[in-house]
Amino acid sequence: MSKEILIHVCMDTGGIAAGSLDVVDAFNAEFAKTDIPARIEKRCSLHKVGCRGFCARDVLVDITIKGEKTTYQYIKPDMVPRLVEEHIIGDTPVEEWMVDETYDDFYKLQKKVVLANNGKIDPENIDEYLDVGGYASITKALKEMTATEVIETVKASGLRGRGGAGFPTGLKWELCVKNKENPKYIICNADEGDPGAFMDRSVIEGNPHSLIEGMSIGAYAISSNVGYVYIRAEYPLAVERLAKALDQAREHGFLGKGIHGSDFDFEIKVKLGAGAFVCGEETALIASIEGERGMPRAKPPYPADKGLWGKPTIINNVETWANLPPIIKNGAEWYAAIGSENSKGTKVFALTGKIRNTGLIEVPMGIPLRDIIFDIGGGIEGGGLLKAVQTGGPSGGCIPQEHIDMRVDYDNLAKVGSMMGSGGMVVLDESDCMVNITRFFLEFTQAESCGKCTPCRIGTKRLLEILTRITEGEGKKGDIELLLDLANDVKDTSLCGLGMSAPNPVLSTIRYFRHEYEAHINHKRCPAKVCRKLLTFFVREDLCTGCGMCVRACPAGAVSGKKKKPHRIDTSACIKCGACYDVCKFKAVLKE
Amino acid sequence: MISLTINEKDIRMPEGATVLEAAQALEIEVPTLCHDPQLKPYGGCRLCIVEIKDFPRPVTACTTPATDGMEVTTESDRLYRLRRTIVELLLSDHPNDCMVCARAGDCTLQELAYFYKLRENRFIGERRHYDMTDKNPFIKREMEKCILCGKCVRVCDEIQGVNAIDIAYRGFNAKVCPPYEKDLDCEFCGQCIVVCPTGALSGVIWGGQGRQMDVKLTDTVCPYCGCGCNITLHSVRDKVIRVTSPKDSINQGWLCVKGRFGYEFINQKDRLQTPLIRRRKGGKLEPATWDEALNLVMSRFEKIKKEHGPDALAGLASARCTNEENYAFQKFFRAVIGTNNVDHCARY
Repeated sequence: MSKEILIHVCMDTGGIAAGSLDVVDAFNAEFAKTDIPARIEKRCSLHKVGCRGFCARDVLVDITIKGEKTTYQYIKPDMVPRLVEEHIIGDTPVEEWMVDETYDDFYKLQKKVVLANNGKIDPENIDEYLDVGGYASITKALKEMTATEVIETVKASGLRGRGGAGFPTGLKWELCVKNKENPKYIICNADEGDPGAFMDRSVIEGNPHSLIEGMSIGAYAISSNVGYVYIRAEYPLAVERLAKALDQAREHGFLGKGIHGSDFDFEIKVKLGAGAFVCGEETALIASIEGERGMPRAKPPYPADKGLWGKPTIINNVETWANLPPIIKNGAEWYAAIGSENSKGTKVFALTGKIRNTGLIEVPMGIPLRDIIFDIGGGIEGGGLLKAVQTGGPSGGCIPQEHIDMRVDYDNLAKVGSMMGSGGMVVLDESDCMVNITRFFLEFTQAESCGKCTPCRIGTKRLLEILTRITEGEGKKGDIELLLDLANDVKDTSLCGLGMSAPNPVLSTIRYFRHEYEAHINHKRCPAKVCRKLLTFFVREDLCTGCGMCVRACPAGAVSGKKKKPHRIDTSACIKCGACYDVCKFKAVLKE
Repeated sequence: MISLTINEKDIRMPEGATVLEAAQALEIEVPTLCHDPQLKPYGGCRLCIVEIKDFPRPVTACTTPATDGMEVTTESDRLYRLRRTIVELLLSDHPNDCMVCARAGDCTLQELAYFYKLRENRFIGERRHYDMTDKNPFIKREMEKCILCGKCVRVCDEIQGVNAIDIAYRGFNAKVCPPYEKDLDCEFCGQCIVVCPTGALSGVIWGGQGRQMDVKLTDTVCPYCGCGCNITLHSVRDKVIRVTSPKDSINQGWLCVKGRFGYEFINQKDRLQTPLIRRRKGGKLEPATWDEALNLVMSRFEKIKKEHGPDALAGLASARCTNEENYAFQKFFRAVIGTNNVDHCARY
């Protein structure tokens, strides 16, 4: 990076969706113009970088001239010529497009360990990873540490699995090493399937080499020579960048026979998932790699004893593996100093929902939830009131607004009836119906159940049916108790983590939002005005201009009225589809 | 050996035994639907859940390896409630047509429903409906009665090595079927029917012939080949309606398509019951006594041997005979007739 002018364009899935490919093309087109290259060509380089987290403001572009970095937000291709003309050639930043001070608020309380180099380096170029000290940790482990020392370091760091359950990583490795059977296998679980979660995806898209390095460290620690990355096929960009990174690592001698000039061999194979959520469960994932139907099996024995092909196997998820290079590099004490008592280090969250600053964040464990929502997240989008924060995806629960000051770590989340999960964080405001949100998650889990065990296969289906009937106004007295009974029984008897955690949304919403269930069942009313079958649509005559949009939108012919006179909705004909409500420009259609 | 306690009773088991095996060794009844001692543990039905000291939640006895010092409880109010919920869930997606089901009286699910006194069902909801009927001639598949215990899939894979069926689709829609949901086209050994705990699988030719009442059981040996599989004929009023095989037999209860389904010849009207002899040249075959028939064969053998020598005769034995019968047969040809012209159909 010796060029004086550096341009970084955010090129993860979010950035690309926002149009960053066109932005890069626009820069290249601009540089291709006859008079420009002579002035800047030799000094300027354009870099595609991974996710830096602030997806809400994509496309983000950094222009650095002689070490002076300027960040632009919401960049569109037609803005590029002016950036080149005024900033790159003219050396005068375009102030109106620069990020404001709220941009820094997003980062102020974050602590980047896993994502430290995301957004700074080109994920498709191994040299940029090497420039920021990449592959130094595995070299250090191979040259200066024994395998036992590596495991001791990981144990002392307090790192816990980032895939959901939070099992201490070093302990898992130690158990695996105690098993004398060989060969041993290393697996990276990149089958991130929670709705709204994109942490692992961003790590692979933004810094795939950190994953390869982390897995190499793990392989050395447990003496494994073969690793697998099980990655979902729905992540084409991550798959492509991982494949490129693996090729580059092989070319540099970082994978294959005698890696980094040592006598240790390590190779990584990639296995694509076929779209089953349950394959994120470790035993189902192993079955899938073996070519079987992706169905979990009972534990014990755990994979550390009998895993892939019946051999001792270590499975960790992407984020866990990516934590290892910094731990080895900076030492266990450095890592253990970050975080809370029983949850060390940082955690990456995908912050979505009714929040101003949607994006990918990395925070130290133990940070107050309030800081995440109101400082980093910038508060509720549209100025509504916070109702709850849903964590842990479909396996997690909802943290109500009264727990806003809790410190976010494994134990505290479990205490309030939720879980860390893989790190999805969905912010809900008063316009979200908790019964309906629960119904959504159960719809997901019951469809993704593999069907092997009875409670998950039929139990989640029945939970969904009861929830559906409540949201459709057909709830019966006793439904809440029935939900609680069934949810607890499914939790207690299911075979794998999917079934065990699928009832969590039911249990946690009834715990904190029982009154919403009661309103649906007893009063046939949806307090958040979401469950359409419980709503009545009508027109406010003083606001209605008689434009007739609603008449045209209504599929049931329930709206009538003379032109330019207030219209009426015939409630007996209304099918409560909400088309009139959505189409009215004057907010004259009300729902109650 | 390891020692553990189940319901406060001590038991010593060999290393590698499961908790379920230990319980069974103590003759403690633990309900199961998906377990079969001849198949690998599956842990799908979840009925055999037990509580083990220091375990955070109930675990399935069939999959959990017994370890030294383990303290297991197989009966408690909580376990009763959980097992009852599981059976209730299964019944909520079941046709409950026991009155017309071939397996009534011989169905584990029905037995469990009876045990847990499940008359009402709290979870009545959508049921699976499958319109397609499998048109194969042997195995009747009523998949709406299937409880997804996976035994048929495993027996087909682990015992028969055919892999004709597997589970397709997910969750509530999961379903056991042949590839692409076509009609079953396997070797029709029917092992799947034997392990099925409900009425989902049965024999096509068994339909409407009689259930368990008034069935007379006769133990015998399958006549089809020299393996000598033990079979049990189920008959009603002197008519064989079904063939099964006991688990504790030399063939461990497994049969082939012929042994299991090829019994209808017994009741055929045109089945030969006496030897037939053609008494005049060009005449009809007429019934004869065994003495008459054997005497005829003997005289013809003697005549041929006398006129053309022993090598003019040859014997071809059948694979349907036992080893002993085949031994006697070759002895007869070599020692009595005096020729080595003897062979066996299984060589071809």
